[in-house]
Amino acid sequence: MIRCVLLIFAVFSFNASAIAETVQVAVAANFAGPMEAIASAFEKNTGHKAAVSTGATGMFYAQIRNAAPFEVLLSADDTTPAKLETEGLAVPGTRLTYAIGKLVLWSSKPGFVDKEGKVLKKGKFAHLALANPKTAPYGAAAVEVLNHLGLFKTLEPKFVQGENIAQTQQFVATGNAELGFVALSQVQKDGKLTSGSAWQIPGSLYSPIRQDAVILTKGKDNPAASALLAFLKSDKAKAIIKSYGYSL
Amino acid sequence: MDLGDLSAIELTLELATLVTGLLLVIGTPIAWWLARTPSKLKGIVGTVVALPLVLPPTVLGFYMLVAMGPHGPIGHLTESLGLGLLPFTFSGLVVTSVIYSMPFVVQPLQNTFTAIGERPLEAAATLRAGHWDTFFSVVVPLARPGFITASILGFAHTVGEFGVVLMIGGNIPGKTRVISVQIYDHVEAMEYAQAHWLAGGMVLFAFIVLFALYSLQHNTQGT
Repeated sequence: MIRCVLLIFAVFSFNASAIAETVQVAVAANFAGPMEAIASAFEKNTGHKAAVSTGATGMFYAQIRNAAPFEVLLSADDTTPAKLETEGLAVPGTRLTYAIGKLVLWSSKPGFVDKEGKVLKKGKFAHLALANPKTAPYGAAAVEVLNHLGLFKTLEPKFVQGENIAQTQQFVATGNAELGFVALSQVQKDGKLTSGSAWQIPGSLYSPIRQDAVILTKGKDNPAASALLAFLKSDKAKAIIKSYGYSL
Repeated sequence: MDLGDLSAIELTLELATLVTGLLLVIGTPIAWWLARTPSKLKGIVGTVVALPLVLPPTVLGFYMLVAMGPHGPIGHLTESLGLGLLPFTFSGLVVTSVIYSMPFVVQPLQNTFTAIGERPLEAAATLRAGHWDTFFSVVVPLARPGFITASILGFAHTVGEFGVVLMIGGNIPGKTRVISVQIYDHVEAMEYAQAHWLAGGMVLFAFIVLFALYSLQHNTQGT
């Protein structure tokens, strides 16, 4: 009996050490916070490690095309993973939507943004910050909202553009732009606004900001890569993702 | 090459020319003082001028955004002077570029002024030349290679800067969207062909300008 237990234990520990792998993950900058929490939960639950690099999705795309060692990409959009798949740089059939971003109109001043976003129509501000619509999904969504409201042409002269959503948030946080379109995940914690005032924009005004993950060709044979994608679908990961202001 | 590219090129040349001019006007007296003064403050001033070299440009840009914003000390100053706030304006880009590129102009000038030494100045003094006269008739011609190096470095560094203008500029077409930001936008949007054309053109232009200036400098030293 004891020998049997020992044997099982030996086999188990041998397996654990043989299976535990590290996966190189490229993560969109807007998901850096939740990914940190997910990576530690992932390690606790599976024994695998996730080595996380954060950055701009477009930059990751260029790096992946040029043989970067990433095995999984958590993109800020759904077009880049699809593009990588058609170009043979991602494993077909592994794409999944891990989070859906929510857009808010935010000001660091309390009471500046009302609950219906009427502040946009009044136009009593010098600068409206948004992420570059050409390169950042949150920027494209902001333009969609303004078009829906019929305010794009009037407000365009007041645009200041961040290269990504993090920089856009800094423009508003420092007060240089009175208000701006940022990701809900940047300004809320545990379901509460961390500072200032915000209008959570109704989903009917913009198409969902789907953030897709995909296994890259380099991670094809790494069990930790598929384990990470499976873990992203788990209830534990979903709870973390939701607590950061994404929907699923 | 589209209209956006052309406007970015025009804006960059305008910015770099203006900044180089301002750097020479502001940097020359600082370099002169640093080269001549026996003051103990010399070390501190020299260090402060060189500091922008240490911080990563986006980080420097972030702190300048904070300082020049509505809650920052420079922001308070410019607002009370009736100038408004500097971020997201062309003037804001000029001010930050001058600070950011200052060491590239002050250091070659300071070295040149130090190398000239006291003797030409003493000789000029015995001929009863005034301070200003000495400076423009003796020092400036002798320091010509230093001025050329300083201009090259100041101009090139302003054309090539990215992180700071990205933070302070807000990427506004025709106002703050310079070439480096435009190229980065093309890359981010995966428009590689346009990025290659613009980057290639920028490198070619820089080569021609720098080559011309270095040839000029070589000729100066030869005579």
